[in-house]
Amino acid sequence: MSQAKNNKLFAKGWMIAVYVFLYLPIITLVVFSFNDSKLVTVWSHASMRWYAALVEDSELKSAVLLSLEIAGLSALMSVFFGTFTAFALNRYKRFHGRTLLNSMSSMPLVMPDVIVGLSLLLMIVSVQHWLGFPQKGLFTILLGHALLGTAYAAVVVTSRLREMDSKLDEAAMDLGCKPLQVFTLITFPLLVPALVSAFLLTFTLSFDDVVLSSFLSGPGYSTMPMVIFSRARLGLNPTINAVATVTIVVVTIAVIASSFYTSHQERKRKREEAQAYSDTNK
Amino acid sequence: MAKKQSFFSDLSVGRQAVIGVPYFWFVLLAAIPLLIVLKISLSEMEGTQVSSMIDWSNGWPKLTLNFSSYQFIVSDSLYIKTYLSSIKYAVITTLLCLAIGYPFAYFMARSPKHLQPTLLMLIMLPFWTSFLLRIYAWKTLLVNNGVINNVLMSLHIINTPIEMMNNSFSLLLGMVYSYLPFMILPLYANLSKMDLRYLEAAADLGTSPFKAFWLITVPLSKAGIIAGSMLVFIPAVGEYVIPELLGGSSTLMIGRVLWDEFFNNLDWPMASAVAVVMILIILLPMAIYNKSQADLAEGK
Repeated sequence: MSQAKNNKLFAKGWMIAVYVFLYLPIITLVVFSFNDSKLVTVWSHASMRWYAALVEDSELKSAVLLSLEIAGLSALMSVFFGTFTAFALNRYKRFHGRTLLNSMSSMPLVMPDVIVGLSLLLMIVSVQHWLGFPQKGLFTILLGHALLGTAYAAVVVTSRLREMDSKLDEAAMDLGCKPLQVFTLITFPLLVPALVSAFLLTFTLSFDDVVLSSFLSGPGYSTMPMVIFSRARLGLNPTINAVATVTIVVVTIAVIASSFYTSHQERKRKREEAQAYSDTNK
Repeated sequence: MAKKQSFFSDLSVGRQAVIGVPYFWFVLLAAIPLLIVLKISLSEMEGTQVSSMIDWSNGWPKLTLNFSSYQFIVSDSLYIKTYLSSIKYAVITTLLCLAIGYPFAYFMARSPKHLQPTLLMLIMLPFWTSFLLRIYAWKTLLVNNGVINNVLMSLHIINTPIEMMNNSFSLLLGMVYSYLPFMILPLYANLSKMDLRYLEAAADLGTSPFKAFWLITVPLSKAGIIAGSMLVFIPAVGEYVIPELLGGSSTLMIGRVLWDEFFNNLDWPMASAVAVVMILIILLPMAIYNKSQADLAEGK
């Protein structure tokens, strides 16, 4: 069966090549962040000087703080509105304008960033024209990120809602729960893992966005990606490598920790279910 | 089993709130802004102000539609060339992602079950690390005195650096790199659910594996192919960051034109008209994508 062996080898080779392609730039960034040379791409010897420069970089530091603030707030808003969207689209199969809501909620997912940014900015400028607010700045960036995040959060929550057993809801109703109680006692606790992953996803999206922020920000409000983008446009800059490495380490830890958390929750739920079944069968 | 909603439950406060809140949110931030773009694309700049569409000076409203921005797009060959070149790059990106991503998703779906979650997470992980930083990383790899050229030259494989930056190669590389996970994930979701008994049946009937792949596996994964292709094509048409960082001035992309009209020329009607035409281009792919998602949800 050398044919089958060859096929397996080809499959393995293809997969490894794709992973190398995906990780090569990331590894280069990390390795060269420890390079002492001012020339980003020429290795001299290992040093921490760009990390030291990072600590001194007040422009970047305030940008990071602003980005964290916006990412946290917009992720909360995204999870809130995204959960509503997922419920409206999944729990109510028939209402006027369901198709419209469906396409509006998937619009930010697929529409190019430049169009979302331009349209939101023109809307905000019109509102400003009538009412005198809002001023461009933190709030307007927040709106843009929350719009994008809501669309993604809705997808995450929807996929969980589809998996969930609607018999649990029905059983709770039979036992006399009001719809709101069904939500707080049954649906919400079961949704928590999905809400956590929706929060993490929308946080990352906001922390990463450069196009929407550039359209929606005002003077004095530069997010971290905006600062990085303006430096990267000018050329190669070793401080970017250092920032990148810090971000990559933090994100990797967060992703791995959250995947452990979800699989732990899943196991716990399975254990409890099994326990409940064996209790009832006694 | 479809339960008919009674008149009263239809009007219940909870239901209205659950539907009303997201409705309000998306109408305000998605629908109205797009209508405003359409409106402004039909006006022109008067000094630093956008002309108003409705004139009240005679006591009654007089509607003026100004098509000058659209006339400009149609008559100026540079705009048409840029639209065509954006579509060209988006199509090539989609095809390359499909060519690389389909075998990958296929092999991943057929690999041992206990390995699959890890393989999947390794695809997602770069997606979680900043897109902007990963594009910047390619710049450090590709420039003339960049990492790849340095390595090749120190190994004496080449004597003069290969030009890999600021051309269509670097642009396509960056686009394929960024959008590949968007192709792999829907394909994997589709292929991993496939019923392998069809392939066994085909083999029993004497079909060669190669033929079975094209006659059974590919048609059954149609939904995944469509979803993945649309998820790559649509954002790729309007991409701004990748052409700006990797494309150089020779590669024409419409996202950059929109950006320049808005930020450099401060011509809002022109930027809006460019956006409206871009929306018209992606409308059909978006409809195809929405339909494939709806079919998927109904389990077709």
